[in-house]
Amino acid sequence: MPLGYYLALSAVMFVIGIVGVLVRRNALIVFMSLELMFNAANLLFVTFAAYYGTIIGQISVFFVMTVAAAEVAVGLALMVAIFRTKHSIDVDQMSSLKG
Amino acid sequence: MTLNDLITILPLAFLAAWGVLLLLVDLWIPANRKGLTAILAAGGLAVTLGLTLARGQHSLEAFNGMVSVDGFAVFLDVIFLGSGLAGIALAYDYLKRTHIERGEYYSLLLFTVAGMMLMTYANDLVIVFLALELLSLPLYVMAGFARLQLLSEEAALKYFLMGAFSSTFVLYGVALIFGATARTDLPGVVAAVQGGTANPVFFLVGAAMLLVGFGFKSAVMPFHMWAPDVYQGSPSSVTAFMTVGAKAAGFAALLRVFVVAFQSISADMTPILWALAALTMFGGNILAIAQSNIKRMLAYASIAQSGYMLMAFVPYGQGAVLKDTIAAMLFFLVTYSLATLGAWAVVIALEKEENKDLEIADYAGLGRKYPWLGAAMTVFMLSFTGMPLTLGFWGKFYLFSTAVEGGFTGLALVGLLTSLISAYYYLRVVVYMFMKPGEPTLTQDPWIQLTALVSAFLVVALSLFPGPLLDYASAALMLLR
Repeated sequence: MPLGYYLALSAVMFVIGIVGVLVRRNALIVFMSLELMFNAANLLFVTFAAYYGTIIGQISVFFVMTVAAAEVAVGLALMVAIFRTKHSIDVDQMSSLKG
Repeated sequence: MTLNDLITILPLAFLAAWGVLLLLVDLWIPANRKGLTAILAAGGLAVTLGLTLARGQHSLEAFNGMVSVDGFAVFLDVIFLGSGLAGIALAYDYLKRTHIERGEYYSLLLFTVAGMMLMTYANDLVIVFLALELLSLPLYVMAGFARLQLLSEEAALKYFLMGAFSSTFVLYGVALIFGATARTDLPGVVAAVQGGTANPVFFLVGAAMLLVGFGFKSAVMPFHMWAPDVYQGSPSSVTAFMTVGAKAAGFAALLRVFVVAFQSISADMTPILWALAALTMFGGNILAIAQSNIKRMLAYASIAQSGYMLMAFVPYGQGAVLKDTIAAMLFFLVTYSLATLGAWAVVIALEKEENKDLEIADYAGLGRKYPWLGAAMTVFMLSFTGMPLTLGFWGKFYLFSTAVEGGFTGLALVGLLTSLISAYYYLRVVVYMFMKPGEPTLTQDPWIQLTALVSAFLVVALSLFPGPLLDYASAALMLLR
């Protein structure tokens, strides 16, 4: 398949992720959208790695996956903590801080 | 990994290992003696500072050129390590007073500083991304450290969501630049661009996404909306450390990447940077006027300060003035760090449990009852405004004069005008402290007061001899590249 298909798929994934972050109200869904954006970047890395025949892109993906896993750990912990206090993870209700 | 690689990154490796060890050691330290953990963490930072300074300014590469330790890295590392030490000094009494004292705090702080140091070493875009995450992830946790208090938890969640959002932009930008040039190391990227093998569209879009990502991290308008909430909601000791360290690290990454790798697209980037800098200076200063909470006011003020720092990037494509502007920016970063840490020290000294005494009106009478601390706070406010006899004057003077030198007189005028606007809300604090009646009470913790007084002393003393510091900043810069 030509390179363009993969690039288009990656761009579409990234844009869906952005829209998800901006539109969805549930923090978990926002978080899933963020993961989608990370994976859009991963797809870009492996696509170009295959295209150029270099290993750099594939190695980078491993780094990204590790970092994403660490981020999941921190993010879910924060959500659990706030759910205990507030009994909601709706980002629209996070309005104690404003001005 | 060879022994040589390890020796090159020794300060960073030591700090990271010390942070991990401290997590273990902390288990054996009883809950009522967590001061010991703070001392151990501060000792680790001090040793790292010694190792960094002992290295001198010669430049070294390691891990096949993925990291390079040069004068630029050493200069910024000293700022980061200093802010880490101040962060511990401010946290020790504050955490105890607000009943959130737990040993992990100090390990997390060490990890964040390690991330900032790695950011200054990074000579490869993948390392830039890793360093960004290493410094951000512990900060998300620290922002939520006062858990069970809704404000802190909310700040942490907002910081996390916006931080991860910005990280994806950085990552996608890195992937696009890799796609354009088939390389991720900065020299390789430069070589591909100069050799004409790079795809110009991917390269430009990738660079723009990196700018957006780091703009979020450094709270540049219009990517600033998380900053006031996070700075207000986080425990004050965390905010003090975050406003200095995280922002400076974002700018450090922007600096290395733009100055080294993005020279070829400076014609496209300069108008964007101009607009971002002007918008940030105007927006930050005008929004700060309306604030009555001191933490929120300082948050908007720090956004405005990002605008001044961004000003130094505008002429980055002009080789002749590049060195001067970047040296001016490093100088400004020092003035900003000193005044910010000092101002937050005063805020922390006055703050009571459950976010009491954080309104500007609560500062009434402070200057009369505690003349030394009131004088220190006045020095910081004047330095932020850019009054003569404070370091802030020279910081802005160098920035504006290099902007004029680069042919951006309009931007320098915007800077001057917005500084005048900022005088209104900075001086309001001084007016409250000295001219309104009130009976504030302060914590008597010596470390917090020491941080405030030492910062105030440095802001005034260094302003009498600004030359050597500027020379040192430009010397650090000569070795970039």
